[in-house]
Amino acid sequence: MIINGVTIDATFAEAFPMKATRAIITAHNEQWALIAAQAMTGFATSVIACGCEAGIERTLSPEQTPDGRPGVAVLIFAMGGKGLAKQLETRAGQCVLTSPTSALFAGIYSDIKIPLGKNLRYFGDGFQIAKVIGGKRYWRIPVMDGEFLVEATTGQVDAVGGGNFLVLAESQPQALAACEAAIDAMRKIPNVIMPFPGGVVRSGSKVGSKYKGLNASTNDAFCPTLKGMTATDLSPEIESVMEIVIDGLSKEDIDQAMRVGIQAVCGLGAAAGIKRVSAGNYGGKLGPFHFHLQEIMA
Amino acid sequence: MSALTFTLKIRPAQRVDMSPLVCQQLQGKDPSDIAAIELQSGNRKLRADELFAISGSDAQHIIIKNSFDKLDFIGKELNGGSITVEGDAGAYLAMGMAAGAITVSGNAGLYAGCEMKKGYLEIAGNTGDFLGGTLPGNKMGMKGGLILVKGNAGERAGDCLRRGTILIEGNAGDYCGSRMIAGTIAVMGQTGRYVGYAMRRGTLLLWHTPPLSASFNDCGTHTLAFLPMLFKTFAPLHSKFADSSAVFNRTRRYAGDMAEMGRGEILVKQP
Repeated sequence: MIINGVTIDATFAEAFPMKATRAIITAHNEQWALIAAQAMTGFATSVIACGCEAGIERTLSPEQTPDGRPGVAVLIFAMGGKGLAKQLETRAGQCVLTSPTSALFAGIYSDIKIPLGKNLRYFGDGFQIAKVIGGKRYWRIPVMDGEFLVEATTGQVDAVGGGNFLVLAESQPQALAACEAAIDAMRKIPNVIMPFPGGVVRSGSKVGSKYKGLNASTNDAFCPTLKGMTATDLSPEIESVMEIVIDGLSKEDIDQAMRVGIQAVCGLGAAAGIKRVSAGNYGGKLGPFHFHLQEIMA
Repeated sequence: MSALTFTLKIRPAQRVDMSPLVCQQLQGKDPSDIAAIELQSGNRKLRADELFAISGSDAQHIIIKNSFDKLDFIGKELNGGSITVEGDAGAYLAMGMAAGAITVSGNAGLYAGCEMKKGYLEIAGNTGDFLGGTLPGNKMGMKGGLILVKGNAGERAGDCLRRGTILIEGNAGDYCGSRMIAGTIAVMGQTGRYVGYAMRRGTLLLWHTPPLSASFNDCGTHTLAFLPMLFKTFAPLHSKFADSSAVFNRTRRYAGDMAEMGRGEILVKQP
């Protein structure tokens, strides 16, 4: 398949089941809501070493938030419910509770509830106040700038992590420009995050390493500087490869995000130095979710 | 299917226990069985059809017409469905209600909504003492749900309130929120003496500064984020509380009752 001169490989991205939650951060203005959200979703690019993958899903207008202030929705993904709960609580406590004027609410509801403010309340040292509003339980924790309002729990849902595609370009600036265009388009899609810095990862990994104890190492088949010394997957004109990793609340959400992302990349086309779009997988044996690029773009 | 309607034919001299006439007990019963239900009145038992003209068949929607202030225990332990009272209600209205909705077009007597667990109670007129309170000897009053009083409330409104919300558009008598354990009481009108007497936790939201006892400490004026959220939940009500002009988030906070646990608060609207 070729779109606007860009070859879409006959391959697939392989993704895994994860557990996810959404939290809504509000603040005095959007700037401070974003600051809290960026702190909360920092150091959360990959479950390999961060414990979770997290990102800003979208900004919310005052009409869309529970307390009528500007807000930000964040999604957090982890391999299991226990890890997700731990990461959520730690990040809420260290990054949102501490952020001026912030409040924190559940962004998703399900039968499985995980603590949001349920344990953070103890920071109130006995001065915290519970309030049930509209059937939902909130905690008002006295803090130095007033009160930190936090919903007691949020929901945990099944999700999919690790959807991806690779952008192969003739130069690094061209690969970056294509990825930026893709991320701009993909950020408009709900229920997904691209957890890596700016949504783009330049150090895609393969499973295993020559070194003991390392379970992931550089994806040498896609490293342009190794073209002459490894079983490369790159043609001579490819000088730079970048990857976009997508976590979503469902397979369909990732499908849609990949579609608009690849469309944006192909929109720039071969004229902008974009030669191929590929995807990362492990032979299809590890992850139950397969995203076939040509099917998505059909 | 029209609402099951009980139209009062005579006003007995003695009080009447209306507790058998709740939706869950009438569901699926034949009209003859409903007519034969015995209601305690003083030391007598009266058949339902002696007191009421009965029509309709939808037991999930009960209407009591020509009601007056001696009909006690209306909607006692109601567990779903609705009861509409046209006229006044006696004491113990909606006592222990677990679910459903009760509306009264007139006044209600003592202990309206006492020990209510969930559901919605609306009283268009005034109500007596111990609104949403606890029965003598018991430790917990209303445990959930919402009570809206469009008139005035008597003394001890929300006595031992455990959870839930009481909204009073008019005035509240003395000891409003006494012995509150938690929950919320909002009073748009004036309040009497000893507001929040011995309250442990919970929120009293007042439109006018009450005469406060010495065991409430002034914590200053604050903008509280939870208040607009609380008001938003009142929006569906046919009430002054649903009016957007009623919404405020600037309050003066008094903590107390320091003679008790002291984790409660009286929030007074600030300009």
